[in-house]
Amino acid sequence: MSLIPARFILIALPILVAAALLPLGVSGYILGLLTIAYYFAVFSMAWDLLFGFAGEVNFGPTFLIGLGAYGAGILNNRYGLDIPLCLLAGTALAVIGGLALAVPALKLSGPYFGLVTLVAVLLLQNLIVVFSDLTGGEIGLTVPDVISIDADTNYWIALGFMTVSGLILTAIARSPAGLILQAAGQDPVVAGALGFNVAKHKIAAFAVSAAFSGLAGGLIVFYMGTASVGTLIDTAVGVQIIIAAVLGGRRTIVGGAVGAVFLIAAGELLRPLGSLSTFVVSAAALAVILFVPTGLLGLASFRRAS
Amino acid sequence: MIGLQILVDGFAISALYALGAMGFTLIFGVSGVLNLSHGALMVTAAVAAWAASAQYGFGSYAGAAIGVVCGLLGALVTYFAVVAPIERSKAIPRAEKEIFILTGTLLWGIMIQQLVAYFYTDNPKTVLPLIEGVVEFAGVRTPRNEWFTALVCWVVIALLWAFVNKARAGKVLLAASMNPRGVTLLGHDMGRIYIAVWAIYGLLAGIAGVLLGMFLGVSSYSVGPLTASAFSIVVLGGLGSVTGSLIAAYVVGYLETATAYLVSPAYRVIPALLLLVAVMYLRPQGFLGRR
Repeated sequence: MSLIPARFILIALPILVAAALLPLGVSGYILGLLTIAYYFAVFSMAWDLLFGFAGEVNFGPTFLIGLGAYGAGILNNRYGLDIPLCLLAGTALAVIGGLALAVPALKLSGPYFGLVTLVAVLLLQNLIVVFSDLTGGEIGLTVPDVISIDADTNYWIALGFMTVSGLILTAIARSPAGLILQAAGQDPVVAGALGFNVAKHKIAAFAVSAAFSGLAGGLIVFYMGTASVGTLIDTAVGVQIIIAAVLGGRRTIVGGAVGAVFLIAAGELLRPLGSLSTFVVSAAALAVILFVPTGLLGLASFRRAS
Repeated sequence: MIGLQILVDGFAISALYALGAMGFTLIFGVSGVLNLSHGALMVTAAVAAWAASAQYGFGSYAGAAIGVVCGLLGALVTYFAVVAPIERSKAIPRAEKEIFILTGTLLWGIMIQQLVAYFYTDNPKTVLPLIEGVVEFAGVRTPRNEWFTALVCWVVIALLWAFVNKARAGKVLLAASMNPRGVTLLGHDMGRIYIAVWAIYGLLAGIAGVLLGMFLGVSSYSVGPLTASAFSIVVLGGLGSVTGSLIAAYVVGYLETATAYLVSPAYRVIPALLLLVAVMYLRPQGFLGRR
């Protein structure tokens, strides 16, 4: 079994090529939307590694994203470090946050751990508001540097980042270590009895998921030029990420990307409905959960029928 | 002086927290469901009470009753439309039901929140209190409604306790939370027990929601924080333990009130969150949880 299935490449490659050629034909507005969607896709894929494979109910994807985003943003805003250094530091901070979450995850299960992750988000949110001198508080943080002001360049960077992240995460998920992770998520006792080190694999999963979440969070800050609680950390954002992953199909990694692009597109198409658009999107996601629990990708399963 | 103020305010807020969390823990105890649309149901009840009395001209008593009924109906719809289909679904593996119920009720809560915001805007709403005026107690002036809130909460909690421990139907619920298979063997239909539990839960959430609307006011933005606070109180007290939830509600309520008065309202929720994290690390089953 290869890490990246051939069938998957056959389907994904034309879509990615078409996506890469989009800047030739569509307006800057749509490119901007898709750029955001691609970063959200990485959030969702990183979340799926924890939820779908490691079986951890993580209500706090935005905790890791927020650490990466604010870590990178504050370094740039305060100390004027170069963007790559800021991204590196933000990612490192997110990984530390991921490891901090991994400790209770080893001891707690299901709803208990879910609550810890939720509390982590609420704490981070409160701390950002309290230390507003450093973080910009509720108004948000502005960074002086951005990656590029050219919409096409930003779009290609986001697309490339999503593709590389997707490839790496899929490879990890399908590797022997990923299979052990999946086994540990479904039945930690049996996995442990088979001689696999459950704790080591879970901690690694948290670190990887946090690294991608944090890096994507940092990149999105240097794309938008700002970071705020409402756009990156609020539980509502976390819910969007979760909906995207579940909608696309959990335990597929790529499902997160499909779901995120679908969500952002749906939100845009439903804009005429005003405040009802979120209602429709949530209802659609609920319908998927009730009637097609495997998600959109489950309908056209990439996974071997095993 | 300020100590007494904290004592009085904290008591009323904690009583409200306790009532809000009570139904949440009951449902978990009996059917193992964590209902993340809890806050949305409370807001539904409060907004219904507000709309009935302020917009459609019902009296404040009729409004409050309508609010509670809406809470009840909301809970039953949640059970039949979201929870029961997931539990019965054959496509969802048994081990993943819990995760699906969490996600499903979360989405359902967002749907309710959006509907409330769509029909009644997301402005904060305060339900007309049933009792007006202020009481002067040992030099502390508090709204009479605050005492009324605490009183109603405690009466309802006492009734629930009496029902579960003394009444025959209540004892069946208690038994179901301990050993569902045993209860089934005794000839009780678990399906009917679940419906009964959800109905009781709906009543509790409805009453808590209406009282909250009178005491602090609600808006569609309260949905998330309300669910989070009930969730934290229930986990802090120990999932499924009613007494634990009561204790936890008072710990959280007083911690928040004291922080708001003594430090700053901006830091209000932080100590409670830190306490929760500490308890999760040191005693994951909560104060009185059994695992």
